[in-house]
Amino acid sequence: MSQSTMAIGRRERVSEHARTFVSRHASMMPTFAALLIFVLLLIGAQIHFGEFVTPRTLSALLLDNAYLVILAVGMTMVIVTGGIDLSVGSVMAFTGISCAALLDAGYPAVLVVPGIVVAGGLIGLLVGVLVQYFDVQPFIASLAGLFLGRGLAFVVSLKSIRVEDDAVLWLQTTRYRFGDWYITPTGILALVVALLGAFVMQYTRFGRTIYAVGGNEQSARLMGLAVARTKVLVYVISGLCGGLAGLVLTAYSGAGYPRNGIGTELDVIAAVVIGGTLLTGGTGYILGSVIGVLVYGTIKTVISYMGAEQSWTRIIVGLMLLSFIVVQRVIVVRAERRR
Amino acid sequence: MTRWMRHRLFLPVVSLVALILVNAIARPRFVQITVRDGELYGALIDILRNSAPLMLVALGMTVVIATRGIDLSVGAVMAVSGAVALTIIDGSSDPGNVGTVLVAIVVSVLVALVLGAWNGFLVAVLEIQPIIATLVLMLAGRGVALLITDGFITTVTSPPLKYVASGHLLGLPFALFISVAAIALIALMERRTALGVLTEAVGINPEASRLTGVRSRGIILGAYVVSGTFAGVAGVIYSSNIMAADANAAGELIELYAILAVVLGGTSLTGGKFSIAGTVIGVLIIQTLQSTILFLGVSSAESPVFFAFVVILVVLIQSPRVYQVARRMTGGRRHHPAPEVTTGVEVTS
Repeated sequence: MSQSTMAIGRRERVSEHARTFVSRHASMMPTFAALLIFVLLLIGAQIHFGEFVTPRTLSALLLDNAYLVILAVGMTMVIVTGGIDLSVGSVMAFTGISCAALLDAGYPAVLVVPGIVVAGGLIGLLVGVLVQYFDVQPFIASLAGLFLGRGLAFVVSLKSIRVEDDAVLWLQTTRYRFGDWYITPTGILALVVALLGAFVMQYTRFGRTIYAVGGNEQSARLMGLAVARTKVLVYVISGLCGGLAGLVLTAYSGAGYPRNGIGTELDVIAAVVIGGTLLTGGTGYILGSVIGVLVYGTIKTVISYMGAEQSWTRIIVGLMLLSFIVVQRVIVVRAERRR
Repeated sequence: MTRWMRHRLFLPVVSLVALILVNAIARPRFVQITVRDGELYGALIDILRNSAPLMLVALGMTVVIATRGIDLSVGAVMAVSGAVALTIIDGSSDPGNVGTVLVAIVVSVLVALVLGAWNGFLVAVLEIQPIIATLVLMLAGRGVALLITDGFITTVTSPPLKYVASGHLLGLPFALFISVAAIALIALMERRTALGVLTEAVGINPEASRLTGVRSRGIILGAYVVSGTFAGVAGVIYSSNIMAADANAAGELIELYAILAVVLGGTSLTGGKFSIAGTVIGVLIIQTLQSTILFLGVSSAESPVFFAFVVILVVLIQSPRVYQVARRMTGGRRHHPAPEVTTGVEVTS
């Protein structure tokens, strides 16, 4: 009798603990959900295919999606401030094809690589200045960036250009092996960018200002935070990430191609939202976005394993995006009601 | 004169006229219209005909933007409706039959209507942000279109379908009649009934309009239904133009061009007041610009650079900061005497 009441009491206490944990970390719940879905996807694929969760597939997952991870880092910062950056896909195409073209023209990689990353940052700066100083909506300002990047990519070259530079190919072909696991310099680059981004967002003044601006720009300004600088800087960072992603994608495919990355901005936004970042700004985690990218990559891999049409990837990602925003909506509504 | 300049359609109209003048001077053939077999041909007629899909999409987009929304899925809806129409015609025993084509068009437009209602449901009922709600369909729609066509580009030979984009009626392109009908329909609905005012009210302040008894949900839902339906018709015109359903290329980037057309026409993306005439002019500007770029010998792939500068130029013109600077520069001298007068008053008192 007393034992059973104690058991009930313990169970209540456990659920009480769980409830306080959930309410204390409400903003992290979508990210946890993404992580759960990622794990479930892996388990499901493992059961279905028998041999899915192997070091080889998981290593390839990071390798294939390294450029998406880098783009997602910049995009997360922009979205947390309450903005959006549609230009990342075409910035990536522009910097990628420029990289291939400049290397082809005989310029050394030491100059080309920083050059294209800075070029990406400059397009980001243009978008940021339009947003902050000319009161242009982020959607329209980054649309100008999208057109600019895509057009410039075609100005550089209409055809794909092969890359034969050893330094750039080294990024892709080198494999550091740990048993069956391996990682390429592009993968390391993506991880470093993601960790750096997460550190900046969590522990620096700039990072906390990003959250403050997204939460309530007016309040952030009244608190004396550097709102203008922060808002311009997130677009610059997103542009720099676009430049870096262009390098990684060029190394990955061994060539620059001006039609690369059409629609990539949407894949990135989808991955960021699946990773738990609210599009209204103020809430989001870079590591969550990385999980979002991995979920996206896993779906792509599963579909190619099943031999189904790749068009299913977009459909499933679309549906997943839908379920995530509905869940987020429910969370937001409940939080508002509690207030 | 200054009253004209203050009119919000002043800049769009001037830009369109300037664009046409520049073209006419650079190549006199641009304004030439020839009559062959009682049908009109010429660069201007081509612009009117080719602008039909963008016109429809941009009109729908105008209504959606007026409610403070945005519809990113129009390109994907175009792809789906084209795929549905061509699959029905391709699967029928008599692809050349007018009845078959009519059924195909009606079914594909109805499918588009349902897709629009889906967007409206997400935005109006579930209250999801428009950008993200329509992003779902934008991502999934092209996949669905690819599944409908089995991943191939379906091609058909069907004279009645070809008529939609390439046929002539009373000497003018048939597609032009579709755009004019769409413009008339939207103008009648929004400007001859209270719907337009209610739409603007919802866009300006959704909460206040709800409190005054405006059924904002229905109006928002309706806006997305209109946008989806018009995108469906645009998809039929597009696939009739190339006589094929290309799930990847149909309506590629059209959402961005449509938004650009709406903004060019002076409608703010923040919702509220909208201008149908402005959107029509915006579409014509974009189409003329595209024709100009082709004439300049720039590869059409490079044309986004031009559009980037157009977007930047337009947003700068509309930007309050530039407006202030411009006013300070032009009106500064007029305001200077003011302090002297006040000092004079102080002296006399």
